[in-house]
Amino acid sequence: MLEAKDEKVFRILSAVVMGLLTLAAFLPFLLIIIASISSETSLVRNGYSYFPSEFSLDAYIYMKSSASTFIRAYGVSFFITIVGTGVGLLITSMLAYPMSRADFKYRNVLAFFVFFTLLFSGGVVPSYIMWTQYFDVKNTMAALIIPNLLVNGFNVLLVRNYFKANVPTEVIESAQIDGASELRIYFRIMLPLSVPVLVTVGVFMGLAYWNDWINALYYITKPQYYGIQNLLIRLMNNIQFLNSGQASSVLGAQAVELPTIAIRMAMAVVGILPILIVLPFTQKYLARGVVMGAVKG
Amino acid sequence: MKTLRRGTFSKNLPLFLLAIPGLLYFVVNSYIPMIGIFIAFKDINFAKGIFASDWIGLDNFSFLFQTKDAWIMTRNTILYNVAFIVLGTICSIFIAIFMYELVKKIYSKFLMTGLILPNLISMVVLSLLVFAFLNAENGFINNSLLAPLGIEGINWYAEPKYWPFILVFIHLWKTAGYGSIIYFAAIAGIDKSIYEAAKIDGASKIKQISMITIPLLKPTIIILVLLSVGRIFNSDFGLFYQVPLNAGALYSTTQTIDTYVYRALMQLNDVGMSAAAGLYQSVVGFVLVVTVNAIVRKINADNALF
Repeated sequence: MLEAKDEKVFRILSAVVMGLLTLAAFLPFLLIIIASISSETSLVRNGYSYFPSEFSLDAYIYMKSSASTFIRAYGVSFFITIVGTGVGLLITSMLAYPMSRADFKYRNVLAFFVFFTLLFSGGVVPSYIMWTQYFDVKNTMAALIIPNLLVNGFNVLLVRNYFKANVPTEVIESAQIDGASELRIYFRIMLPLSVPVLVTVGVFMGLAYWNDWINALYYITKPQYYGIQNLLIRLMNNIQFLNSGQASSVLGAQAVELPTIAIRMAMAVVGILPILIVLPFTQKYLARGVVMGAVKG
Repeated sequence: MKTLRRGTFSKNLPLFLLAIPGLLYFVVNSYIPMIGIFIAFKDINFAKGIFASDWIGLDNFSFLFQTKDAWIMTRNTILYNVAFIVLGTICSIFIAIFMYELVKKIYSKFLMTGLILPNLISMVVLSLLVFAFLNAENGFINNSLLAPLGIEGINWYAEPKYWPFILVFIHLWKTAGYGSIIYFAAIAGIDKSIYEAAKIDGASKIKQISMITIPLLKPTIIILVLLSVGRIFNSDFGLFYQVPLNAGALYSTTQTIDTYVYRALMQLNDVGMSAAAGLYQSVVGFVLVVTVNAIVRKINADNALF
């Protein structure tokens, strides 16, 4: 009886602690959401607050007046996320497949070749000079997709391990006996049998592309190539970048000032929204990926 | 013998062809820049081109290590990592233990989402979140926490002394929940009959945790800690550059090797210093990873990276 009580107390303690921690994880998000719908006067008077004295949608109305800027940036982000993840997954799995085959002579050489990229890097300067001077990627979509993000050695090894552990050699052998080419085996057997690992790796790659702003920091100077993250940086530094002349016409004659304080938080909301929408569908894979990755690199 | 070898080659060729795009990518993205480390030993003059620029031996390095920056960035990188490793590991383990208690509850999924979410947002969005709290004029902390207590607002983005605490806190907020997943999986893998036996012997919950859970997690903890020690010379560029909003007043406590490499290259246009700092990071990092791996291999060969 005493033990049961002890267990119960601990369970309640766990629920309380976890509840508080989850709250702590959510509260900052709540603050920016509330701040984004607070009126400018209440923000000036009380700062960002959970309990603003007055609500207002001015920040969003104002953003709507510059909708084309945001739509464009969203377009760039979606484009690099979809293309980068798709091409990256294809190249990653094409490289992982031969490495997984016990009868492929060069598999260990390739594994070392891939693995070494995780141990040593030439650093930022040589790669910056190479991409800008020799491949001339400055201000291109390629600069957002290719450097550092497209294929990652860790993911290659992860997919290889999955192929090795989950596709029986007999399946491949019988396909070979039936005369299937390697390309056909890869497309018709390996990929369909490896959907879980491909989705997991894809979720991580997609997230990396969506959240990336560093490639643009190095290689993009023209705002039309900014994805949503870099647009946010730019707006944070210079809110006037949005067509400031329209403020009074959009918000009516009484609005003499830009809702500059609220708009920063509205931008953060705009940046988080897509992640919040896909989170319920991807959560399972994110957790799985961590465990898969820990098994062995 | 010869025909046999040709046989293996033609048999391996289609597989090799599949690997080519990936191999090419690594050659370009990783191996060519590795060769490019010679830049650190040159006085780069873009008019002459990188190959024709003059060799200057170790001059870039001796200039770099004569500056105060070299010491500051090395100290910051290592101390932040130590704090992240120690506190992050402790927080993640406790979260995992509490989380596992609630594993059967319906709301545990909701808790999990809440704890993973901070790790999914970009550093840019995170910097906006932090700005909402720390901004001197409108920030939540100055206006809603300090003002009611009668404490004068702090100009956070100009006071370097607070940033070690701020950055450690932000890092924990962002990663501790996500980091607990791995410990959660390890706890789920523990044989439940051990707990049953302990309960029969009258072990309290605290005893069960300290005498069963923690000791059985020890191998996982050791491996994960060692692997992070191998990366102690690396820092998250975004956390140290974007979250403090690149504020010059904060460099003394926010400069890490990664931010220095970026600033030297892109803001000061000092290719030599940047390349030297980058190579310094790569070489020390490589030595650390190899050393740590040798230690991990000694403890448990299955957990070694290579």
